[in-house]
Amino acid sequence: MTTTATAEAAVRESSPGAAARGPRRRTGRIRRIGLPYLLLLPALILELLVHLVPMAIGIVMSFKELTQFYIRDWGTAPWSGLDNYKVSVDFDAPVGEALLHSFLVTVGFTLLSVGLCWLIGTAAAIFMQDTFRGRGLLRALFLVPYALPVYTAVITWVFMFQHDNGLVNHVLHDQLHLTDEPSFWLIGDNSFYALLTVSVWKGWPFAFLIVMAGLQNIPGELYEAAALDGAGVWQRIRRITLPSLRPVNQVLVLVLFLWTFNDFNTPYVLFGKTAPEAADLISVHIYQASFVTWNFGTGSAMSVLLLLFLLAVTGGYLLLTSRGRKAADV
Amino acid sequence: MAPPRSFLWSRRIFLTLLTGFVLVPVYVMVSSSLKPLADVSGKFRWLPSGLTLRPYIDIWSTIPLARYFVNSLIVAGAATVCSVVIAVFSAYAVSRYDFRGKRTFTVTVLSTQMFPGILFLLPLFLLYVNIGNATGIALFGSRGGLILTYLTFSLPFSIWMLIGYFDSVPRDLDEAALVDGCGPLGALFRIVVPAAVPGIVAVAVYAFMTAWGEVLFASVMTNDATRTLAVGLQGYSTLNNVYWNQIMAASLVVSVPVVAGFLLLQRYLVAGLTAGAVK
Repeated sequence: MTTTATAEAAVRESSPGAAARGPRRRTGRIRRIGLPYLLLLPALILELLVHLVPMAIGIVMSFKELTQFYIRDWGTAPWSGLDNYKVSVDFDAPVGEALLHSFLVTVGFTLLSVGLCWLIGTAAAIFMQDTFRGRGLLRALFLVPYALPVYTAVITWVFMFQHDNGLVNHVLHDQLHLTDEPSFWLIGDNSFYALLTVSVWKGWPFAFLIVMAGLQNIPGELYEAAALDGAGVWQRIRRITLPSLRPVNQVLVLVLFLWTFNDFNTPYVLFGKTAPEAADLISVHIYQASFVTWNFGTGSAMSVLLLLFLLAVTGGYLLLTSRGRKAADV
Repeated sequence: MAPPRSFLWSRRIFLTLLTGFVLVPVYVMVSSSLKPLADVSGKFRWLPSGLTLRPYIDIWSTIPLARYFVNSLIVAGAATVCSVVIAVFSAYAVSRYDFRGKRTFTVTVLSTQMFPGILFLLPLFLLYVNIGNATGIALFGSRGGLILTYLTFSLPFSIWMLIGYFDSVPRDLDEAALVDGCGPLGALFRIVVPAAVPGIVAVAVYAFMTAWGEVLFASVMTNDATRTLAVGLQGYSTLNNVYWNQIMAASLVVSVPVVAGFLLLQRYLVAGLTAGAVK
């Protein structure tokens, strides 16, 4: 958002210069006025086709009684007013209760996952700020989980979490004797921790990457001045590095939050179409409500509620952070 | 000034633990892909009872892996090229021109990042079917439909990052080119694009990875002929047996090109993020 603001300021500053360059041919001027729109046209058409129009259709669908009987010709499905929304937020009835449960699981899961990803990524980036032997190799290695396609990474974890032939039970039960019985990881309450482990394993390198990039923008003089004042390495991290990273962190945490909250790929590959109750993330829950129980109207209403929640959180977050405030001023 | 012991030891312990956490699944993938089926069906073993390359031969016949591979390459490759070209045009417009609706455009495009994929999965599916019925253009079930969908996934981030990157290219350079008689597109391709190569590479890597790893839309919008790896790999689990050694071998084959490409280009990625997204 800040980038947009600075771009606008820069354009304003440069426009007198552009006018002073002298008269241009009329066609040239017309082309230049139309040009930005022409350049934006492909992106605009695609965003409309794939995101905005489907979203509008989705909102319309959420007000319709859209079961499998009407899916061939969804326009003819009868209107149901707010019924789909009422069903979704009636927390005493099964559908609403399950949605609320899934929502709470997702919130808890997202907060834990984002927190751990941020913590591990930041610590790794700060520890690897100075050069030491093997740093380049380690940095490449740390990026491997991020570079692996989601499904291959998650399938490997599925194999490791297998009850009879998985590594996790072999280590915890056979080798370390920490559990009396081999545990089930992909069903029951443990599934929450299995999902969290995979999500953190896959997600922390992104935080690492962004924080590493952020560290390169901290001027070296700050550290030199601190060293002259006799600050130790821990003090420098606390007084210079972490405060300087704040603007980067604000964007990083928001992006991680949105990605984790909306993540479908990880739970879907880990558990399949129906996730265990303890790890029933909202994306898979809505998918299940729509495509497995064939009630697309209710599924759409749930999606709209999810979007409203994300909008509220993002809006609130942007208002609370300085970056957002700056963008709102312009 | 040398760092104190407390720092060195914390660093050693932390980085060792983290390396273990990162490496274990990689080790499992590699070692299991070289094991006979009996080894992956029984209790987990750290070391294989015998090494075999059999899984690497069998993966191609158990499922049509080669076809899925080609499908994924076409879909991800085309989505990447289109997404980068479109993002370059948009970012150039936003970075260099002042026009009505500029803020609306950037805010709208960025906020599509926030949409849960599930919200527009079904509407998009219905839209593609309707367009197909009305015009005869097969979007649903075709690679084209998937390309179209995927390229919009990476577009918002790419545009955002390239705006930042183009802003860091001094305006004097392309204004000089304009004065020297270049058209606006000439200035874009001769001055701005070459100066922003790291940012463009970073965006291309991101777009390719997004398309190569997507599961949700691939599972709903493909058929037997157009299936991508993301969905196809599920074929190694049959009712009778789960061929874990073949799954791991296939996963490795699928991952190596992407991971190798990513690691080769990672310097560009950090450089691109520094200039584009993090400022």
